[in-house]
Amino acid sequence: MDNTFFETKNLHRFFGGLHAVNNVSVKVPQGQIKAVIGPNGAGKTTFFNLIAGTLWPQEGEILFRGKKITAQKPHVVAGLGIARTFQTTRLFGQMTILENIMVGRHLRMRSGFLACMLNLPQTWSQDRESKARALAILRDFGLLECAHETASNLPFGRQRLVEIARSLATEPALLLLDEPAAGLNIYETKELAELILKIRDQGITCLVVEHDMSLVMNISDEVIVLDQGVKIAEGPPRTIQRDPEVIRIYLGDDHAQNIES
Amino acid sequence: MGFRKYIPVIVTALMVVGLQIVLSLTGATYYLTQITMSAYYALVVIGLCLLMGYAGQVSLGHAGFFAIGGYTSAVLTTCNLIAYRDNSLIAWCGSLGLVTQWTDIYGKDILSFSPWAALAAALLLTSLIAVLIGVSIIHLKGHYLAMATLGFGLIIYRIVLGAQIFGQADGISNVPPFGLFDGLQVNGRLPFRTQNYYIAWVMVITTMMLAINLIDSHIGRALRSIHQNEEAAHSLGVNTYRCKLFTFVLSALIAAAGGIFLTHYNGSIGPSEVTVMKSIRYVAIVAVGGMANLWGALFMGILLNFLSLRGVFGSYDDAVFGAILIGIMLLAPQGLLRKPDFRAVLSFLSKRSHG
Ligand SMILES: Nc1ncnc2c1ncn2[C@@H]1O[C@H](COP(=O)(O)OP(=O)(O)OP(=O)(O)O)[C@@H](O)[C@H]1O
Ligand SMILES: [Mg+2]
Repeated sequence: MDNTFFETKNLHRFFGGLHAVNNVSVKVPQGQIKAVIGPNGAGKTTFFNLIAGTLWPQEGEILFRGKKITAQKPHVVAGLGIARTFQTTRLFGQMTILENIMVGRHLRMRSGFLACMLNLPQTWSQDRESKARALAILRDFGLLECAHETASNLPFGRQRLVEIARSLATEPALLLLDEPAAGLNIYETKELAELILKIRDQGITCLVVEHDMSLVMNISDEVIVLDQGVKIAEGPPRTIQRDPEVIRIYLGDDHAQNIES
Repeated sequence: MGFRKYIPVIVTALMVVGLQIVLSLTGATYYLTQITMSAYYALVVIGLCLLMGYAGQVSLGHAGFFAIGGYTSAVLTTCNLIAYRDNSLIAWCGSLGLVTQWTDIYGKDILSFSPWAALAAALLLTSLIAVLIGVSIIHLKGHYLAMATLGFGLIIYRIVLGAQIFGQADGISNVPPFGLFDGLQVNGRLPFRTQNYYIAWVMVITTMMLAINLIDSHIGRALRSIHQNEEAAHSLGVNTYRCKLFTFVLSALIAAAGGIFLTHYNGSIGPSEVTVMKSIRYVAIVAVGGMANLWGALFMGILLNFLSLRGVFGSYDDAVFGAILIGIMLLAPQGLLRKPDFRAVLSFLSKRSHG
């Protein structure tokens, strides 16, 4: 058996004539933080969508704990232990923070429509447990005091935090974070770095799309570079930082030659 | 936890009893008939509120489900099988209590399916049709779903109007009363007026309890999350398709139940119950009720249907509901009776009284 924790094999995704993800193969060992970087429109979000089941690849395979999970619906992928956040936060705006987190516990709830309508004892004991777990998560995130606030009333930085907390509530083994630092200030970004490391230390493997280079270099064990849908480089952050191809993409041709000479 | 959510249930029950006492003391018991009918219409509204307000799925075809319930029940309880009395299949149904013999108002002997059997068949048929329709259209969004359900409503209307078995433009009359338990029966005749007022309200309050429990559970949260951001809900493991489909079927069943009971209560059902205007009326009532507000929907469902049945809107009946819908969409697209607004009003009042 192939015991790579998570792996994509020759993934392809087209949008009409646009080859948004082109033959991307990636291996992610368990317990790593792997960053995915690349210029705007490189196909990073599309790559995440393929993994999460939001989009299906036209070609290629996705393997998770040795099992094929290609072209599964998002809720199935979530059930297998892959959670995600979105590039632009997608909280349930009219619900409270606590309720947002509790939706993250949905997978652990066992009662169906009928049991819920009849409010059977098992339903409310499960519900109570789910609430307790959600509150514990909020406490960990320092969000307890705004548990009963409506999500859309929260400042932006906190909304990002809630979204991460919500995805952790599903108890994932692999977490996909799409530009978690976008829109955060320096302090918030620093806290975010610590948070991601803490999540990794809990044994959760992280795949992070990020534009903030210092964040990427600080926390990631390995980096993948995508450009126009193609994986052009992969390796530890220090190597990637010096890769002339990567520098050329990010800073332009002139800069790359200057560094090389 | 959460016994507070039943307080409005108790308050409603007390108000229902109070109203009945007041009306009987003032000798105005004739109102009870229209309140009873309004209560059955309100059932449809409650079901639609779950679907529209919470799951965010619009349906312009709920009069169709009401009709499937009512007409199935009417056909099965009025078809006369007396000629086949000796048929072994009919005899077997009789031994199971599925068919009963009764005498209609003209003194004719009728052997037809019992109301309980008809109810079971009607609900079964409704679920079947709702699942078939739901499976094919529930993935549609917004206008497309509205159009598809509208189409469904129109088809049912045309079938009812065209088919001999449904009495065409005349509908079906002479539907027998529905004997629930000994003594209790769904019956529109005068001696049964008060009894039926309570039967209808027990139905409404029971449905409200079930709906409130559902909304309060993880499935209710899942429904609201789908309404607010379907992709996020899906990625958290919510089976959005199944949740929407189940809610669709559930709300269709509630509408059908309303149709079944009202048909036995009125002793008849006609094509006017199946028009698109009826479906639009239900949508308008959910909208004034505040969309995601079960109590608002119930309150408006009783009030507006009662006024309509009293003839307050005269020949502008349908126009009034059309106008209500336009007004809501223009002025308060989130619905009129909304909880945040109530809270805002309450806090405003409490500030004023303190300051
Ligand atoms: N659903 C879609 N339909 C059509 N084209 C799409 C779709 N999603 C993405 N694209 C296109 O695919 C390409 C890759 O987009 P993607 O969002 O994956 O890039 P990205 O690397 O996440 O960029 P950014 O850093 O700006 O978020 C872009 O050209 C985009 O316009
Ligand atoms: Mg992106």
